[in-house]
Amino acid sequence: MLEARFSLSLDSFTLDVELQLPAHGVTALFGPSGSGKTTLLRCMAGLEHPPQGQLTLNGECWQDSQRGVFVAPHQRAIGYVFQESSLFDHLRVEDNLLFGFKRIAAGERRIRLNQAIELLGIEHLLARMPALLSGGERQRVGIARALLTSPSLLLMDEPLSALDAQRKAEVLPYLQRLPGELQIPIIYVSHAIDEVAQLADHMVLLENGQALASGELNTLLPRLDLPLAQGDNAGVVINGLVTHYDADYQLLSLQLPNSQLSILVAHQPIAPGQQLRLRVQARDVSLSLSQPEHSSILNLLPAQVVELAAADNPAHLLVRLDLQGTPLLARITRYSSEQLGLYPGQPIWAQIKSVALLG
Amino acid sequence: MPLTSADFAAIWLTLQLASITTALLLLLGTPLAWWLARTRSWLKAPIGALVALPLVLPPTVIGFYLLVAMGPQGPVGALTQSLGLGTLPFTFTGLVIGSLFYSLPFVVQPIQNAFEAIGTRPLEVAATLRAGPLDRFFHVALPLARPGLVTASVLGFAHTIGEFGVVLMIGGNIPDQTRVVSVQIFNHVEAMEYAQAHWLAAGMLVFSFAILLTLQRRGRVGARAIS
Repeated sequence: MLEARFSLSLDSFTLDVELQLPAHGVTALFGPSGSGKTTLLRCMAGLEHPPQGQLTLNGECWQDSQRGVFVAPHQRAIGYVFQESSLFDHLRVEDNLLFGFKRIAAGERRIRLNQAIELLGIEHLLARMPALLSGGERQRVGIARALLTSPSLLLMDEPLSALDAQRKAEVLPYLQRLPGELQIPIIYVSHAIDEVAQLADHMVLLENGQALASGELNTLLPRLDLPLAQGDNAGVVINGLVTHYDADYQLLSLQLPNSQLSILVAHQPIAPGQQLRLRVQARDVSLSLSQPEHSSILNLLPAQVVELAAADNPAHLLVRLDLQGTPLLARITRYSSEQLGLYPGQPIWAQIKSVALLG
Repeated sequence: MPLTSADFAAIWLTLQLASITTALLLLLGTPLAWWLARTRSWLKAPIGALVALPLVLPPTVIGFYLLVAMGPQGPVGALTQSLGLGTLPFTFTGLVIGSLFYSLPFVVQPIQNAFEAIGTRPLEVAATLRAGPLDRFFHVALPLARPGLVTASVLGFAHTIGEFGVVLMIGGNIPDQTRVVSVQIFNHVEAMEYAQAHWLAAGMLVFSFAILLTLQRRGRVGARAIS
């Protein structure tokens, strides 16, 4: 358990949060620019010293302003990945990697050099100077360097935001591997919901220095009362279990949790039994009162209307659906809603036009 | 060889003075530059201005006040006398002290600029990699500031070699003690020994040009460091 409480004023900005976060998996700090994500992360690292603050990780106290406790950043078992990769330009990649590694006691080194190098795929870069690396390579070295301090908490400040789309796609798979390979809780700052959807298990929604909500990604994304449901990228994340692969049509069947419903995705074969993450955007879901026939849409699922809410665009309406326990969002026009006479509790058919497999 | 043994003695003394001054200034100036680069104290402006004063003051003014301070009636003079060291004017030690003031901005400012250019980020990175404050200073700040340290050494050395006014005020013209090259040139001119003066003057000219050329080649303009 990571317990954080900070109160801090910087110029015209005030951060005031109290959070209890799981000490496992990836927690995203999500919010628009200026919402206080990075400041919160810096408070956790001790790079900011908020006059009012308390931070405890699994019982280990790093700050308690009431008792006058403040552990300096270099004495906290954290790894920090900065927004722009901040490699030391005067050191070769290998010496950058060893910088933190050398500074922890040999007995505390749970992550070996070879392990980090292999995990981030940077073997071929070791002898180079940082100035000769691409943005994606620099960021991978930065991540490996942070891991080599064997941190008990890994803090990542928008590690992909300085990269172009191609570099992002290059680094993202490495990030996705981290939680599975290492038992280190990760706090991941991002303002890109697609990154959060791919990486996070838990999320904190920040706005103007306040935490609007904190919880499982699966429970926050479908909530119509949060700004997450607004905008073009609103949608849900579903954990599906691979049950079957149709080699003929190259379609993967994924079973929704605790239900008989399955979603089909055109994809390369994946062995049954694997858990995969799916993202379904609200704009890709349409509704029908009766079971649609003669449709090219693969995924037609029986659902129930749970809740309706106004969208930021007055022509639209957001509908929260329930697929035998799995929430789903649909964004439809207000006109269609009135034509269908939607009401909470109504049985309905959801037509999912597109599903993204996040891996 | 047109240079006399007195000329060689002056050259040797000048090199000693410049080396000792530069070494001491690097030792004292680096922490001062670090403080100036990092502090948010209101003292930053006045201290920074004090450090820069020798850039604009006539060397005779610096020399005059040092002479007064280190003389028998001055506070420094009183101290050195009570310690049994006598007074410092007209000694090599006095000359070193004068040179420290005279060349201070030429060493402190390039280092300060280099520290400021590094910014706080590499130091924060080092802190998250378990490096404590001293560790960060020696293994991150200093190596990253290396170009500034090189510029500072070269400028400090070159500027001390060209010192004249301060030397004359507090050092006088004592062979092997305070008679540096610039004073020796003055002596030659006074004695109408223009050929001798030429050799030393041209030597200084070539030396100074070579140093500034080296700095330019390194992409570090001396003028930028000084300004």
